[in-house]
Amino acid sequence: MSFPWAREYQPTNGLMKFFDEKLPLPRLVYNAVGAGYPVPRNLSYFWNFGVLAGFFLMVQIVTGVVLAMHYAANSEVAFFQVEHIMRDVNWGWLMRYAHANGAHFFFIVVYFHIFRGLFYSSYKAPREMIWLLGVVIFLLMMATAFMGYVLPWGQMSFWGAKVITGLFGAIPLVGEPLQVWLVGGYAPDNAALNRFFSLHFLLPFVILGVVILHVWALHIPGSSNPTGVEVKKESDTLPFHPYYTAKDGFGLGVALILYLGLVFFLPNILGHPDNYIEANPLATPAHILPEWYFFPFYAILRAFTVDFILSAKLWGVLAMFASILVWFFLPWLDKSPVRSGHYRPMFRKFFWFGLIPCMVVLFICGGAPAEEPYVMLSQIATAYYFLHFLVFLPLISSIEKPEPLPYSITEAVLGTDEDAKLPASDAAKA
Amino acid sequence: MADTTGTATPDTAMDHGEDGVRRRDFINIAAVSAAGVGGASVLIPLISQMAPSQDVLAESSTEVDVSAIEPGQAIKAIFRKQPLFVKRLTDEEIEAANAVAVDSLRDAQSLNDRTLEGHRDILVTMGVCTHLGCVPLGAAEGEVKGEYGGYFCPCHGSHYDTAGRIRKGPAPTNLEVPEYAFTSETVIQVG
Repeated sequence: MSFPWAREYQPTNGLMKFFDEKLPLPRLVYNAVGAGYPVPRNLSYFWNFGVLAGFFLMVQIVTGVVLAMHYAANSEVAFFQVEHIMRDVNWGWLMRYAHANGAHFFFIVVYFHIFRGLFYSSYKAPREMIWLLGVVIFLLMMATAFMGYVLPWGQMSFWGAKVITGLFGAIPLVGEPLQVWLVGGYAPDNAALNRFFSLHFLLPFVILGVVILHVWALHIPGSSNPTGVEVKKESDTLPFHPYYTAKDGFGLGVALILYLGLVFFLPNILGHPDNYIEANPLATPAHILPEWYFFPFYAILRAFTVDFILSAKLWGVLAMFASILVWFFLPWLDKSPVRSGHYRPMFRKFFWFGLIPCMVVLFICGGAPAEEPYVMLSQIATAYYFLHFLVFLPLISSIEKPEPLPYSITEAVLGTDEDAKLPASDAAKA
Repeated sequence: MADTTGTATPDTAMDHGEDGVRRRDFINIAAVSAAGVGGASVLIPLISQMAPSQDVLAESSTEVDVSAIEPGQAIKAIFRKQPLFVKRLTDEEIEAANAVAVDSLRDAQSLNDRTLEGHRDILVTMGVCTHLGCVPLGAAEGEVKGEYGGYFCPCHGSHYDTAGRIRKGPAPTNLEVPEYAFTSETVIQVG
């Protein structure tokens, strides 16, 4: 992307001039994240989470490659190899805890990133493609995290693998063969562990590829901003470097303090103790549950308890996948021309008092045992979840009267914008 | 005649047949079709390699000695890397199972459908909940047997009765009865 006032790359020395003429990589970087990329001047801290997500992807890739040097994907030894990493490998405990908690942090920042996008409708034109690619990244992240969690071959690993691959068995006709194909047998065993290792290694690089497309798509219209008003002129923007590199650097520092606090002082707080028990195919732990970042979707899966045309099991599976697939259609479900939730009074109410409490309830129910009142609560929350996206959002966008928008980002920041004032002759007529 | 050397301008009236289709269009279609079939046939081994391998398929059957099981007891065996429940029913459990109207069940099967002639007290089922595959409790001593005195799955709360039939909860069908036969009075062969 380039606004007309974007700074032009100037090679400063002979070497850079040589590169610029043969392979202009420095120019690409300068225009992507350097001073050559103008960004709205009013971005809040909610705009830090994209960079943080990129950072945690790199943490996962680096620590993951390191761990793969010491891990063995064989059901006989996998559990003990992880303990070997913890006890014998130099700094192995740090790498293992950094990778496990890195996944938790990756999901934390991505959830902030997604809900930022939902509140400020960052999915609306002209940014639909950024959103769609983001949903693809989220699906890939969930698949990757699931397969990674299987690798230590603890109790939660094994039974998580059994339940999640069991979901595919609910599909009519092709379900059973599909499940056997995924697992490579009739129950998770060495074949499953082995292929999950291979795919867990592959998928992060697929994610990285889609992230490149995601960032590329972002640079075509440029960043959105908290007012939802598009950039009009130079005073609306600042060069990305040094202004936002510094701000993102500060956000990264805060995130690292929290992340390393978790790694060093509470490394197991977000994990499940049963995964320190080796996998036992003959005994299911009394209360199995997925990692916390899957809780809301797990609650939707379990909300269906009554057969109705299709089996309850299949309804649950369909609803769980649909709960994420519905995000693909958001740009076309929310028709309001106003982007930012700041200027949409009715949307704002449904967001803070509808969607957010609904997600909290789903989160709590997903981690709770499948008994009352959690079953009923998750049923209500699941119903609201789909109503929100499929019914309320289209309705709100057609009947709501938005609040007045600022003329420009400059006006939103400074309270006034010379260009917004009508010329004297027009003002007299008005 | 149509130009076959490719040196002249190809799109001349001479190249067209009566229906306006050039003979070279067929070459395009044939080439793309061959490439398509070739590409698709490469996918077959790439997909099929993930299906169960020969050693997994070879684990076909297992033998279980049922003589030591007292009435009311159950043992867990392994069949195709999955738990197998072998249970000797008490008279009360058989009565309880037979007292249920078969038509009222979600998965209508009587105890006789689920056991073998002459061995009505031996119930052999997979220890795999038909919901999402957890191992139900109730086989080992002191485990919860659920509201119907059979098995209880802790994952999502499915209750099975004394004949291993689904009575309550999300599981769609009864615990699967694998193919098995008595090779002697006390030994069963499963699979």
